[in-house]
Amino acid sequence: MSLKLGVPSKGRLMEKTFDWFAEHGLTLRRTGEAREYAGAVVGMDGVELVLLSASEIPRELAAGRIHLGVTGSDLVREELSDWAAQVVELAPMGFGHADLIVAVPKAWVDVETLDDLDAVASAFRARHGFRLRIATKYHRLVRDYLRAHGVSDYQLVDSQGATEGTVKNLTAEAIADITSTGETLRANHLKILRDPPVHCSQATLFAARGADWADERDVLRGLVARLGLALPAELLREV
Amino acid sequence: MTRAEAIAAELLAGMQGAGAQPVAADILQPAETLLDLYGEDIRARAYVTHDPALGEMMLRPDFTVPVVQAHMRDGAEPARYCYSGPVFRKQERAAGRAREYLQVGYEVFARNDPARADAEVFALFARLLAGHDLRPVTGDIGILKAAVLGLETSARRKAALMRHIWRPKRFRALLERMGGHGPLADARAELVAQLRASPAQSQVQEAGQMVGLRSEEEIRARIASLLEDAETPAIPREQVLALEGLLSLAAPARQGLAEMRAQNWAALTPALDRLEARLDALDEAGIDSTSLPFEASFGRTTMEYYDGFVFGFVSARDDLPPVASGGRYDALTAVLGQGRAIPAVGGVIRPETLAALEAAR
Repeated sequence: MSLKLGVPSKGRLMEKTFDWFAEHGLTLRRTGEAREYAGAVVGMDGVELVLLSASEIPRELAAGRIHLGVTGSDLVREELSDWAAQVVELAPMGFGHADLIVAVPKAWVDVETLDDLDAVASAFRARHGFRLRIATKYHRLVRDYLRAHGVSDYQLVDSQGATEGTVKNLTAEAIADITSTGETLRANHLKILRDPPVHCSQATLFAARGADWADERDVLRGLVARLGLALPAELLREV
Repeated sequence: MTRAEAIAAELLAGMQGAGAQPVAADILQPAETLLDLYGEDIRARAYVTHDPALGEMMLRPDFTVPVVQAHMRDGAEPARYCYSGPVFRKQERAAGRAREYLQVGYEVFARNDPARADAEVFALFARLLAGHDLRPVTGDIGILKAAVLGLETSARRKAALMRHIWRPKRFRALLERMGGHGPLADARAELVAQLRASPAQSQVQEAGQMVGLRSEEEIRARIASLLEDAETPAIPREQVLALEGLLSLAAPARQGLAEMRAQNWAALTPALDRLEARLDALDEAGIDSTSLPFEASFGRTTMEYYDGFVFGFVSARDDLPPVASGGRYDALTAVLGQGRAIPAVGGVIRPETLAALEAAR
């Protein structure tokens, strides 16, 4: 057996993850040929590197098929129900920053806050006969956020990509999506509401509560010490 | 047969004995109706599935909607219905409450004497649950609505508050804003100052390309209403306090009624008369209204359709859901009946909770 560490298999997220581990004294590298998804942890026995799509890492953590995993904090909160019961945050990693925000057309000069959005949703429904549509792929996070703020008379419509274009295409009135610079929003004539974002996401190292830790305790302690991290007391009890 | 199923059968027989006609409802319900009624939140609470021909469907989260629909389609008046069967509720936590549980319910559709119908349902539930150690609690959303309508403020503000009666946190935030305080009031003042700076038309045009279905006319209409609202005086402090006092009222029903009467709040009088008529009817039905608990805010956080009398029967166990709950939902029948409405009151009992209480004895 070995402790399985899941990391993103591609792109900047993978590079940044490798950089972060290197800065914390642990070298990760890909093995095999360039397109082969295989990797290794250099100089640390008992840790197996698993390369995965970042979007699958929450699910693998929840199932306990990997012990540790690197993915966006937004994905964990969106994909796992009661996420804190399933995973523990070991370290925010300081990259992959993106805010999940609600945006409306810039032309809506009468809307700056969720308070306004709620009033507009009510009027919109009365006028158009259906609930104001908000396009997003973050259904759970956005619904919880809007419920917490008492927004009503809206509906979420699923958008898995090019979400900023849905308003212009008349398939939604507003959107909830991840943004880092706001560039795409501006290009699509949208503006962000002034309220705090739905979630401020960043790449995060998570531990799976449900993984089989029986033979991995010492490896975990060694790994965490090497990375200069503290093992949360709650996880210490479980592992 | 499990103990809960046996309890459900007994309860259903008791309801039939009270004159109710048993009705059935499909487990698969069209999602659209439930979404229109309860809003997007219902997705977090009901199981959604997809039918290749009929589109989005939900496993019924309760019986009220299909029973009301059936009555509106072909019911005679007055009517009494009862039913028993499983309902389904999503739970976020793995070890959360039951996802599938029985509901036994009783609904009365009657145009005359709402006080008597309210009392009939409550007294029946009290009788059916008499063998268990439960605390009844009652409330009246109609009094809250009357209080909101009685505020000295614009129709627009009253409508905004009415819309959120069932969301206490949002209601409080709105009330605070309309009283001229708090973060929402500050944000609103800033927006209004911005909108006053130049004519609406030029503001919209300067903001850039119009995108989306919401038209410039709609935007300008809201700007006009925002500017008008900014001229509306703040809701007087003493009225906000009176409303908050009302919301926190909890007392035996007769005493609660006397306390509300003593406020001399004229707008409440018709609603308080209705409460008094109900308490009289409850007395007649053998319920002691001098000791019956009354909480003005009870029923505000349940699914938003009760608009008058509300009640519940709860055990001392806080790990268990309420044994029974119910109330009056006149407005819901208007929505589902597309204009045709009939006053309705009813409630449900959870046999599994009763079985769990029995087992612990």
